[in-house]
Amino acid sequence: MSTFQIDFSSTQKRRIIGIDLGTTNSLAAFMDLTGPEIIPGPDGSRMVPSIVSVAADGSFVVGEPARRLLIDSPDRTVYSVKRLMGRGREDVAEELKLFPFRIAEGSEQVIRLQLGERTFTPPEVSAQILKELKRRAEQYLGEEITQAVITVPAYFNDAQRQATRDAGRIAGLEVLRLVNEPTAASLAYGLDKRREGIVAVYDLGGGTFDISILRLHEGIFEVLATNGDTHLGGDDIDNRLLAIALEDIASEWGEDLSHNGEAVQTIRQAVIRAKEELSFQPATVIDIEYRGRRYQRELRRELFENLIRDIVDRTLGPCRQALRDAGLEPEQIDEVVLVGGSTRIPMVRRAVEALFKAKPHSELNPDEVVALGAAVQAAILSGDVQDKLLLDVTPLSLGIETMGGVVSKLIHRNSTIPASATEIFTTSVDGQRNVLIHVVQGERELVKDCRSLARFDLKDIEPMPAGMARIEVRFLIDANGILNVTARDLRSGKEQSVEVKPSYGLTEEQVEAMIRESYEKAEEDLRERQVREARVEADNILAAVEKARSSDAWLDLTEEERAAIDAAINELQMVYHAGDYLLIRDRIEKLDAATRRLAETMMNTAVREALKGTKIE
Amino acid sequence: MRNVIFRLMAHLHDCWHCGAKDAASLFCRYCNTIQAPTPDYYEFFDLPRRLAVNPEDLKSRFYTLSRLLHPDRYTRRSEQERRFSLEASSILNDAYRVLKDPIQRAEYVLRQEGFPIGDQRNKDVPPELLEEVFELNMALDELRGGDLDVLPQLDAMRRRFLDMLAEIDRSLEALFARHDAAPPEERKEALAAVRSMLNRRRYISNLVQEVDKQLTARNA
Repeated sequence: MSTFQIDFSSTQKRRIIGIDLGTTNSLAAFMDLTGPEIIPGPDGSRMVPSIVSVAADGSFVVGEPARRLLIDSPDRTVYSVKRLMGRGREDVAEELKLFPFRIAEGSEQVIRLQLGERTFTPPEVSAQILKELKRRAEQYLGEEITQAVITVPAYFNDAQRQATRDAGRIAGLEVLRLVNEPTAASLAYGLDKRREGIVAVYDLGGGTFDISILRLHEGIFEVLATNGDTHLGGDDIDNRLLAIALEDIASEWGEDLSHNGEAVQTIRQAVIRAKEELSFQPATVIDIEYRGRRYQRELRRELFENLIRDIVDRTLGPCRQALRDAGLEPEQIDEVVLVGGSTRIPMVRRAVEALFKAKPHSELNPDEVVALGAAVQAAILSGDVQDKLLLDVTPLSLGIETMGGVVSKLIHRNSTIPASATEIFTTSVDGQRNVLIHVVQGERELVKDCRSLARFDLKDIEPMPAGMARIEVRFLIDANGILNVTARDLRSGKEQSVEVKPSYGLTEEQVEAMIRESYEKAEEDLRERQVREARVEADNILAAVEKARSSDAWLDLTEEERAAIDAAINELQMVYHAGDYLLIRDRIEKLDAATRRLAETMMNTAVREALKGTKIE
Repeated sequence: MRNVIFRLMAHLHDCWHCGAKDAASLFCRYCNTIQAPTPDYYEFFDLPRRLAVNPEDLKSRFYTLSRLLHPDRYTRRSEQERRFSLEASSILNDAYRVLKDPIQRAEYVLRQEGFPIGDQRNKDVPPELLEEVFELNMALDELRGGDLDVLPQLDAMRRRFLDMLAEIDRSLEALFARHDAAPPEERKEALAAVRSMLNRRRYISNLVQEVDKQLTARNA
C-alpha cells in the first residue's frame, strides 16, 4: 500500500513522457538535458511492436515476444488495433476482410475483440501497450511515471481521440495532451530555427495518413490546414502483397491458405520483409517456408511500384486539399518533412517531391520523430521549454442535425483550437422538458454522410409554452481536439444539465470501471510483489540466524534468550507461506528484536578480531 | 447606454484571485493572474471598434496573446486558471478568425449593433442583376441537359461575377473607412450601407459557388 501513498508534494517536478502509440510500433521518449531521447527497453530495443497477446492465465504479452504468438496463437493475439479505436462495428466491415480481427457479440457501440476466452475493447488492448511503455520508462528513468502526452493522427475524429485518452487512463496515465502526429514531428525537427517559413509534414504510417501544413513564426508552430485518411498506410501495401502471395500459393500448392491464421501471419511477415528490402535494393525474393513447403518468388521494384501506385496516389488528394485550405500554392512550401515508416519507400518520396517541388527532409528516423516531438510537447507542458508553442487545428467540421437531416456547421475544419461556437435552443412543444442535440463531424451536408459523434440531452427544462425556453449551448473543442459541451438556461442564468450519449466508444462509467479493474489488478500485483520481497527478507534473516548458531556469540546467550530466538523463528516460519506480507514483516521484526543481543555480541567479537589484526570472514 | 456600462464592467472587474478592485481585464494588473475573459472580440484584442483593421497588427497581437493564454502554459496551474485559459484561448481563436476576414468582421459588427443580416439562403434577386441571373440559370439548365457548348459562356459569366466581387471588395474598403471616420450619429447610416453591400456580395458569391458546383459535378 505504501507505494501508492507516496506523497508527491513537489508535483512540479513530476516528469511527463511523450508517447507515440502507433499502428505498427509504439515508442516513448523523454526530454533529456540535451534534447528529446527515446526510452529504450531493458534489451536496448527502441520500439515496442503494437502487438498484444493474452496468455491462458489471463496475463498479457506485449511487443516483440507477442510477435511470435501471432503465428503460434493467432486467436489470442492482435495487431494494428489502432485501426479499431473509436469505431463502430459497421465501420470496420472493410477491415475485417483484411485483418484477422475477431469481433465478439455485443459490439454495437464499442467493438469487443475476442482474444482467447475473454473480450477486450480496443482502448483496453491499447492500454496494455501503454502500460508496457510506462513500465519501460519507469525502469529506465527510475521514477514513477503518471503523466504523458500521447500522439494521434491529425485526422482522427472525436471518438478516436476519446478512445486514445481512455486507453491512457486505463493504463494509469493522466493524458495531459493529445498531440497530432505531424505537428509533433515538426517540433522534433526544430524547424523553428528558421524564424519564418511554411512547412508541409507528410506522415504515412502503418495505418494512417496525415498531411499538415504549418507556418513557423518565432517559435510558434501554427497549423494552417490538415487533411488525411485514417485508413491508409503501410498495412494496405502489406495486404496487397499478401493477397497476391496467397493467390499465387493457392495456384502453386493447390491449397487456399487465406483462412489459416498461422499461415497468413507467416506469409504476412515474409511480404513485409520483402517490402522493406525493396526500399534499399532494386529486387528481392519473397521467401516463405510453411510446414515443410517452400514458396519463392522474385519481386522487382518496378512491379512493386505498379502494385502500390494507387495507394501512393491516394495520399495526393488530401495534400492538394490541405494546400487549397491553407490558401497556398505548392511553390510556397519552404520545407517538406517525411514521417512514418512508409516514407522510406522511394516511390513515396518521389511523389512527395514532385507534388511540393521541394526535396523532403528525412534526417531524423521517420519511426522515431513523432515520439521525440511528443517529448518536446511534454516539456512545453511542464514549463521546461518556453520558447515554443503549438497552435493546432480541428481536422473536421463540427455540426448539429437540423430539420430534414441537414447539418448546420458550427465550427469549420481547420479552425485553430481551442475553438468554440454558441447556439440557442428552444422547445417546440408546450411543457417540453428535454431537448436532444445530435452532434456530427464531417464535411458533407447531410447527417447520414457525416460521422455521428454524440447526442446531448438537455434535461430538466422548466416547463413552459413552446418556444419560450432559451437554452444557450456552448460547443468547445479543446486543445486535444475533443468536444466539450456546456449549457445555460438564459432565463434563469443557471447551468443546464446535459447528458452525453456518445455514438461510438466507451461511456464515462465504462472507462471508470476499467480503470478500477486495472487499479485493482495493480494492487494485486503489488501485494504479490510485497509478499515475495518479505519472503526474501525472511530467508535472509533465517539463514543469518542459522549461521550464528555455530558462532561463539551463540554460546554467550542465556538459555532464555536462545529459547526466545527459537520461538521467534517458529513464529516466522508459521506465517511464511501465508499471503500476508504485513504479518511476515511483523514476525521478521520480532525475530530481529530477539536476536539483537546476539548480533551485538557478534559485532563486538568481529570488531575485537579486527583490532587484533586477524582477518575475519 | 445600459449596453455600454455592461461592457465597461466586463472589461474591468475585481480580480478573482487577489481581490483587487477594478484590477483585471485578461490579467490582473496587480497579481498578474488570468481572469474570466471578455467575450467581446474587439475588447479582447484591445482594438478600437473600427471596420478597417490592420492585418499585420492583428496577427502580431494574436501571436502575443496566444503565448500568454494557451492551455499549454497552464497545465500545472489551478483548475480555475486552467478553465479561464481554455475559455480565453477559444475566444481568442474565434475572434482572430472573425476579425482577420473583412466580411466576417463586418458581419460581427453589424450583429453587435443590432442589424439583422440577411439570411444566407436569401433568394431575392437584386434588381440590377435580374438579367444576368436569368441568363445564368438558362446556361446552367443547358449544362445539366448535357449541352457542353455553354461551357465557354459559363466560364465568361463566372469571370464577370468574380470581377464584380473584386469591385465590391474595393467599395467595401471605402465604406469601412467612411464608417470609421463618421461621427457617432452617422455611424448607423454608414453601417446600413455596409450591410446592403454585403448582401449584394453574398448573393454574387453564392452564384459563383453554384457555377463551381455544377462545373465540378460535370468534371467528376
